[in-house]
Amino acid sequence: MAKITLDNLAHSYLPNPRSEDDFALKELNHDWDDGAAYALLGSSGCGKSTLLNIISGLLQPSQGRILFDGKDVTHAKTAERNIAQVFQFPVVYDTMTVHDNLAFPLRNRGRDETYVAERVQEIARMIGMEDMLHKKARGLTADSKQKISLGRGMVRKDVNALLFDEPLTVIDPHMKWELRTQLKKLHHDFGHTMIYVTHDQTEALTFADKVVVMYDGRVVQIGTPEELFERPEHTFVGYFIGSPGMNVIPARIDGNKAYVNGSHVELAQGYKPLDGKVEIGVRPEYAKLSMSEGLPVKVRRVEDVGRHKIIRAELFGIDINIIAGEDERVSADMNRVTFDATHVNVYANDWRVKGEAA
Amino acid sequence: MEKTVNHRAWFLVLPVLLLVAFSAVIPLMTVVNYSFQDTFGNNEFFWAGLEWFQQMLNSERMWNALGRQLMFSGIILAIEIPLGIFVALNMPKSGFWSSFCLVLMSLPLLIPWNVVGTIWQIFGRIDIGLLGYTLDMIGIDYNYTQNALAAWVTIIVMDVWHWTSLVALLAFAGLKSIPDAFYQAAKIDQASRWKVFRYIELPKMMGVLMIAILLRFMDSFMIYTEPFVVTGGGPGNTTTLLSIDLVKMALGQFDLGPAAAFSLMYFLVILLISWVFYTVMTNLDKREG
Repeated sequence: MAKITLDNLAHSYLPNPRSEDDFALKELNHDWDDGAAYALLGSSGCGKSTLLNIISGLLQPSQGRILFDGKDVTHAKTAERNIAQVFQFPVVYDTMTVHDNLAFPLRNRGRDETYVAERVQEIARMIGMEDMLHKKARGLTADSKQKISLGRGMVRKDVNALLFDEPLTVIDPHMKWELRTQLKKLHHDFGHTMIYVTHDQTEALTFADKVVVMYDGRVVQIGTPEELFERPEHTFVGYFIGSPGMNVIPARIDGNKAYVNGSHVELAQGYKPLDGKVEIGVRPEYAKLSMSEGLPVKVRRVEDVGRHKIIRAELFGIDINIIAGEDERVSADMNRVTFDATHVNVYANDWRVKGEAA
Repeated sequence: MEKTVNHRAWFLVLPVLLLVAFSAVIPLMTVVNYSFQDTFGNNEFFWAGLEWFQQMLNSERMWNALGRQLMFSGIILAIEIPLGIFVALNMPKSGFWSSFCLVLMSLPLLIPWNVVGTIWQIFGRIDIGLLGYTLDMIGIDYNYTQNALAAWVTIIVMDVWHWTSLVALLAFAGLKSIPDAFYQAAKIDQASRWKVFRYIELPKMMGVLMIAILLRFMDSFMIYTEPFVVTGGGPGNTTTLLSIDLVKMALGQFDLGPAAAFSLMYFLVILLISWVFYTVMTNLDKREG
């Protein structure tokens, strides 16, 4: 177990990167606290796996350093870093039995057989494969194979960190839930530093203490699930987290008022004059349909998803979403929308701007 | 839907039937025909029953040729398969040098057999051949026209030179199909190079290796042109492999009956051994699975 520090880290797959666009992973400084569970969230191709592979040493970064508990391991081999990593698609050793697969990382490190047997039993119980230990891995289904991969990742107790690269993609939904719970329990019991890469926000929010959101090779926000929801630092975070995502509406800001196409929206705080692309962000949860107040909208359709209704509407030609409670009535003459002023965030060039008390 | 009955469809099958008849069935049947008959010329044939088969089965000459043939195929398989795997493992995986190696290795496969034979026939001569002359110079007694061991070494090295590429290319294709994640996981698991080979690369290559072994076995078991050009079956009969012996018997001595019986048994042996190989290997595959 260790604290992992990334110092000025960046990576490009090109031999001679020139502009910032050439970098798959843009310059990054971050501490992964010892024993914390992180989720690394972002859309495909945003650099999540690159970052993970750099930490585990499968990839050498183009610049910067990686430190484990203050010790520089930038050029250390994967084996020396003592890290466990589970990949997106199952990796099993086909010709070995399930038992030998799970024992493999321990045996390679020369642990004695009684310890190995004991540990394998324990892990087999965790992943629910005790009765399959003596089967060859080859004939198993994709999700059994992935469970073996997960098991191999967890079998060593003394690892510095456990890295998961979208490990539950191939697992069916019911088992997903169970394995996620197992992983959380494992974290709780042993306190490994865990980094869990995913593009599924539910998975990220349920698994992690802290969620790291990446966008286009850059870390855009690190925070608790609540922070990500209430105060997205970047419009991408607002859009990516939440279902549906945050409404982002072009606006002009003047003090503690925002003007959308001439109509004004109250803000809880005041803002200095802003340059560039200015937008306000409001989560659908904080928007409300009304008959008389607010901005004019055209309701397109209403989707009842059970616990609540999602109202798809158009505001000055921009699609927005509004969430209404299950019991709230939506009638044809409701053609205005109001926003909860304390939950309206202001963005300049996609980054959130802090307001001043009005 | 009602099926229309149209006997003209048979005409469409006819070209294939004719082609197969002339290319395979009729020649084979001719051989079968010869194998059961005897002739004293004048195109008059007499029924001989199993006589030729009995004669061939009792013929020491055929058993010796078969023994030499099995030894030849055994040796070249034992060399070419591991060597091919070794070459494939050490080839660059991508980029210019990978393509370069692939082209370089395909070259021997593109050379016609009799040319390969001629190349080695000259290469090994002690008067003008680079190899033969050099060996002779440094005091090694090498003369493939007189020394049986030298003759064997020459035809084996020649076959290895000619065909290892095929095994290497197949093995390389097998290796290329292994996803990176397997190697990464092996690094995480701290697997040694040997274990990576034993538990990742070899199992993933099994399919193509099986094809390589079958192809190389069948081909080497039928080999004719190259050793014929180099040694002509000599010195004595030491490199007279089955097909060389067969041609001697059929065309040299014009013993059509025994040669036909010989061909049929030759054919059955290849079929049988290939079948055994295939069954054993697929069973191995299943048992592992």
